[in-house]
Amino acid sequence: MSFEKLKREAASEWEAVQKSSKTCIFIGTGTCGLAAGAEDVLKTLNEELAANEIDATVIQVGCIGLCYAEPLIEIIKPGMPAIFYGNVTPEFMSEIVRDYLVSNNPRPDLALGTRGEGDIEGLPRLFDTPVLKQQVRIALRNCGNIDPENICHYIANGGYEGLSRALAMTPQDVIGEVKRSGLRGRGGAGFPTGNKWQFCHDAPGKQKYIVCNADEGDPGAFMDRAVLEGDPHSVLEGMLIGAYAIGASEGYIYIRAEYPLAIKRLQTALKQMEDCGLLGKNIMGSKFSFHVKIKEGAGAFVCGEETALMASIEGNRGMPRPRPPFPAQSGLWGKPTNINNVETWANVSAILNRGADWYAGYGTEKSRGTKTFSLVGKIMRPGLIEVPMGIPLRDIIYKIGGGIPDDKEFKAVQTGGPSGGCLPPSFLDSPVDYESLAAAGSIVGSGGMVVLDETTCMVEVARYFLTFTQAESCGKCIPCRWGTKQMLDILEDIVNGKGRDGDIELLQELSEAIKGGSLCALGGTAPNPVLTTIRYFRDEYEAHIYEKRCPALACQELISYYIIPDKCEGCGICARACPSEAISGSKREVHVIDQAKCTKCGTCLEVCPPKFSAVTKVSGESAVASAEPVPVGSEA
Amino acid sequence: MTVEPATKDVCTCSQESKDNLASRVDEILESFKGEKSELIPILQGIQREFGYLPEEAMSHVAEFIGEEESRVFGVATFYAQFKLVPTGRNVIKVCRGTGCHVRGAPQILSELEKRLGIKAGETTPDLEYTLETVACFGSCALAPVVVVNDKVSGRMTVSKVKKLVGNENKDS
Repeated sequence: MSFEKLKREAASEWEAVQKSSKTCIFIGTGTCGLAAGAEDVLKTLNEELAANEIDATVIQVGCIGLCYAEPLIEIIKPGMPAIFYGNVTPEFMSEIVRDYLVSNNPRPDLALGTRGEGDIEGLPRLFDTPVLKQQVRIALRNCGNIDPENICHYIANGGYEGLSRALAMTPQDVIGEVKRSGLRGRGGAGFPTGNKWQFCHDAPGKQKYIVCNADEGDPGAFMDRAVLEGDPHSVLEGMLIGAYAIGASEGYIYIRAEYPLAIKRLQTALKQMEDCGLLGKNIMGSKFSFHVKIKEGAGAFVCGEETALMASIEGNRGMPRPRPPFPAQSGLWGKPTNINNVETWANVSAILNRGADWYAGYGTEKSRGTKTFSLVGKIMRPGLIEVPMGIPLRDIIYKIGGGIPDDKEFKAVQTGGPSGGCLPPSFLDSPVDYESLAAAGSIVGSGGMVVLDETTCMVEVARYFLTFTQAESCGKCIPCRWGTKQMLDILEDIVNGKGRDGDIELLQELSEAIKGGSLCALGGTAPNPVLTTIRYFRDEYEAHIYEKRCPALACQELISYYIIPDKCEGCGICARACPSEAISGSKREVHVIDQAKCTKCGTCLEVCPPKFSAVTKVSGESAVASAEPVPVGSEA
Repeated sequence: MTVEPATKDVCTCSQESKDNLASRVDEILESFKGEKSELIPILQGIQREFGYLPEEAMSHVAEFIGEEESRVFGVATFYAQFKLVPTGRNVIKVCRGTGCHVRGAPQILSELEKRLGIKAGETTPDLEYTLETVACFGSCALAPVVVVNDKVSGRMTVSKVKKLVGNENKDS
């Protein structure tokens, strides 16, 4: 089938959804939606539709990024703007069907906002609300908007138009277009994509490979998963464009086995592409042929590094090797290979569709375009966001993310995962782009952005990341294998109150040795979380080492829980909840925590009724507490 | 990277179950050509079937792809996904992603370890529970997250752990 015919068919199918005389309901069933309970909501929805004899189209879509509001549904009733409802429960779903679909009450009290023509009183336009207003969706352009298992939805929204354009150009012109767009690798390093392609294009050899790196391993990052689950074709189209530009006829997608839904979506997408003549021989009637294989990773963080990833595809232990030779000269099975990450590929298809100038219109001079971030941690509205490069950090945290919950103070934001660092409040008004973050000692990385508040201990955060990198070090380079272990030992001592004078300097010295003596970026960046926390939060390290005190009241070995005699009413809830039976006291007696038995799990603080708030947590001091249970009201 | 060694002395397989194992492995191998690059997908197939990588199965795979057994073991022990000992009937996974970590995952993990009487990565002796940690589920909005078999429990607290596994092994 010709691409023109395919486009016409896709357009009419999409039109039928958008302008149908039937109600259309979109429900987010990505991993995040399912975890929040979308499956039960979907079940209820189908039952209610059947019970009320409503003929509606239900479409399962990927993640729109509003993770805090999952499960999320969007209802398009003929003649009405689309309405979004968030935090939908099965009961809530039944109500909506009855009130809005059967009767005509859109329930503005339950809705998040609208989209499309027309207004509903009392409801904002969702994309004009702070969480979405500053976002620009390029990589995530279709996520949450289309059925990711229907290629027609993708094509009707401009899909494969970029490939069609590319095939009409020379490979060199395609590379030129990507260079002009200013796109830099979104996997972490930020290397200019067009230049990378040029190296591989220029490398001698007939057999070349294209690889999509979908081994998203940073804890706290899920951007690539959302793209693959919500819009797999955008990535595959990007790969085809790259393959054509470089002269590759085979491609691999290296994806984490932990992403079963994304793998399934990719398999479905590949099958549809074959059926439509978009994969295999003579794509779109051209001389260009391309085949794609999916390789499942087996749980090794280091395989996100490109030489380790290739070793893994070849069936070996995933260990990095020295570069040069770079993969562009000698990659998979010794052949020229180009590796880009999921988000980079999703941007490529948009760039070829809408042009380099359009893309370069977003972002800053050196960091063009947009970047996706998974905004998580101590934030009101955790979710997946896509913003133009250069946006002030403050806008991300306070406008899009809605600030810090529970009236807590913002302390830091961790970017770049285990390879990145922690940025302090003084960075809030700086732009988020490759240069500024690097100058601050962190990196943009793949896009994890974890917000930390005053209750997070920065030494403990550094220890956490070192635990991760130390366990994931492949062991090839001794400075990485033993250096991270040594650093972790020191950090564990510090958080356990056994820190010694000179530890900070030793950590800095070890950091330099690991950075300088490791082959790949895992070791080269592993000390970053430690170095940035020492740089910006040295006082916390010093409090742990010299005063045996955790200012954030987070390090278990350095805190104690006490029951304040004046406040305790002797209700006994804490004693019953305590998993270590460390609390004594009868009804109407001031309860007492046996410090020797207490495991510092914090359950007592969690369950003490807010009207009493009798449990306190302290560090480096002891609170006034009874020695043994006494009747409420008596002198302690 | 820490890997549990395969415990050889626990195997009490009869000849019959060994034959059975071989035929089940052969069935998996049927869809492969025997190329070296297929090693990881083959091991993944075997683990899907058995829940872990039995030692005999790995020897068989080595022969199939024409490699030394040591190389097959080398690959199997490198990747965190591969298990050399059987897993429990119920698998509890505690997310240790950064989002979960700062929202209390360590306390939840230590409570589970205490209740089950095992450390992360271990299985209870009755093969009822396996306790694992994962780097990130990407359900950060629901942090902290625990997944029991395939059911996700979000916004976990130490007191909710009790409902999750009851009082299993609490006193042991």
